[in-house]
Amino acid sequence: MIEDFLGHFGPYGGRFVPEALINALDELTAAHESAKNDPVFQSELSELHRTYTGRPSIITEVKRFAEHAGGARIFLKREDLNHTGSHKINNVLGQALLTKRMGKKRIIAETGAGQHGVASATAAALMGLECVVYMGEDDTKRQSLNVARMKLLGAQVVPVTQGSRTLKDAINEAMRDWVTNVETTHYLLGTVAGPHPFPTMVRDFHRVIGVEARAQMLQDIGRLPDAVLACVGGGSNAIGIFHPFIDDKNVRLIGLEAGGSGIASGKHASTISGGTPGVLHGTRTYVLQDENGQTVESHSISAGLDYPGVGPEHAYLHDIGRAEYRSITDAEAMNAFKILCETEGIIPAIETAHALAGAMDIGKELGKDAVLLLNLSGRGDKDVQTAAEYFGIPL
Amino acid sequence: MKTLSELFVKTKAENRAALIGYMPAGFPTKEECIMTIKAMVAGGVDAIEIGYPYSDPVMDGPIIQAAAELSLANGTNAEDVFDILQATVEMGVPAVVMTYWNPIERFGVKEFAAEIIKRGGSGVITPDLTVEESIGWKEACEISGINRIYVVAPSTTDERLPKVVTQCSGFVYAASLMGVTGTRTSVSGNAKSLVARVKAITATPVSVGLGVSTKEQAAEVAQYADGVIVGSAFIKQLQESSSIGEGLAKVENLAKELSAGVRR
Repeated sequence: MIEDFLGHFGPYGGRFVPEALINALDELTAAHESAKNDPVFQSELSELHRTYTGRPSIITEVKRFAEHAGGARIFLKREDLNHTGSHKINNVLGQALLTKRMGKKRIIAETGAGQHGVASATAAALMGLECVVYMGEDDTKRQSLNVARMKLLGAQVVPVTQGSRTLKDAINEAMRDWVTNVETTHYLLGTVAGPHPFPTMVRDFHRVIGVEARAQMLQDIGRLPDAVLACVGGGSNAIGIFHPFIDDKNVRLIGLEAGGSGIASGKHASTISGGTPGVLHGTRTYVLQDENGQTVESHSISAGLDYPGVGPEHAYLHDIGRAEYRSITDAEAMNAFKILCETEGIIPAIETAHALAGAMDIGKELGKDAVLLLNLSGRGDKDVQTAAEYFGIPL
Repeated sequence: MKTLSELFVKTKAENRAALIGYMPAGFPTKEECIMTIKAMVAGGVDAIEIGYPYSDPVMDGPIIQAAAELSLANGTNAEDVFDILQATVEMGVPAVVMTYWNPIERFGVKEFAAEIIKRGGSGVITPDLTVEESIGWKEACEISGINRIYVVAPSTTDERLPKVVTQCSGFVYAASLMGVTGTRTSVSGNAKSLVARVKAITATPVSVGLGVSTKEQAAEVAQYADGVIVGSAFIKQLQESSSIGEGLAKVENLAKELSAGVRR
């Protein structure tokens, strides 16, 4: 535990929100703290994970893919096999149970790629909650399949037409809804950003990824990996797999950010590699911003990483040197995407492909004796159209 | 009469509430923004809040969002905000800047407070800065001698209210309702009880904002609050006019009506 009671990670984190939300955030903090220490809540959540999510997720060694990564041994933590197709369900089920615990009946969520929206709609259907998902209009177009999924699950999807019409604007609109309806509504934030307690709470719900993977590595090969890799947008899947390894000082933690057309081009979403400290969406962290403190639009082929902020714990892990963050361009990610498809029969999410591209570099750097653990955070069904267009496959 | 405290002494002596108008800097353009503020003052607005347009205005409804977006598209920057602040002060009314926190942090916390006093401003309203995150800001405002104004909400608990209210100077900004900025058909009943709760704690004047747009609403709020804040309604006059001349006339007219309203 490195955060203080106000949710600070060194100079990062905290709460920068309208006073109207403080009471709800305090309530949520209290509900999370009490649930964390409540064996009944914890067993209800782990039972849901066992019988609904499909946990524990397996790990898969990818030997043919590893030939493209300097021959290092590479293990994938298969969060893509979870119900709804990504790690997002871990956090969503936890927060949905908390929503019920707080006596609220309505959840709102933001979504970029649609994975968090689908997971939220799923949990709402399962638990009988009303669900409204805010999604940037541009994202509703590039992820139309997920929009349909959410609607089938009974959620209302609101296309957001303000600003850059992507994830950041969906969060703005969800915050406005929350300020207005906070008495009846829980904002089911999908990443480790936002005001306290979201960064710690969402991390706690995703820690299961790293806890399982650490035990699986010890059991399967009798040792810890040399490096743990994950893609980083807001950073929820990354913090989930990193966190249980933080005290294992010999295990490198490497986050792969979306480099778009390259940091030098200015068209990217590499917040840590190419941003500066600031405040966005209620937390102090690295932000893509101009000299006047205005948020700069991010760019990535991956809707789920297309965000100009990042979780404050990542900002802190970067500054203290415990984790490293690198930038992967659209082209590098799509190359890795194709290689995994063709060598292992696994279609990853384009978000996850950024981590795979990172593994190809790091495997070569560390050599064939190295062991890498990579969070395969999501499956790529939702990205088939984008990938087909990218590779010129007629639809 | 250039400070908020002088203003509230005056309005109290006149047995009325102060009328405080909000206008985003650089909307519709820098020049027209100053013209609009002139029209507000001519119509009887007692003090002006200059909005610092921000890319992610999570507390603002569609009217202010659209105004901020246009202003940013015009390239409005910190220098423009300070220029408009200065121009307003030169009209003879107290002026404050209302801004989301990140632009202050980016400009430099001490530097921002120093620039406010240098341009003759009275203070800064920071709607997304919590008192817990205010250590550096408190120091900066004390050095520069400007007012720190926080927003309290109907959901602010009795336990928390003193922690926020005691940090405020100039006035306490009471949000009349749970929601974002914009015009409403009626003023929330929560406003009156919130003002009473604040007044039980502090002698600092209390102004009510969010959702006040008509003479009748201003008159109602003036019964129990020291100040009435109107923003979106002024912006709407410009957005719904086909020329700046028409807009300015409507703004001045609205200011006159509201000004009559706060005179109980």
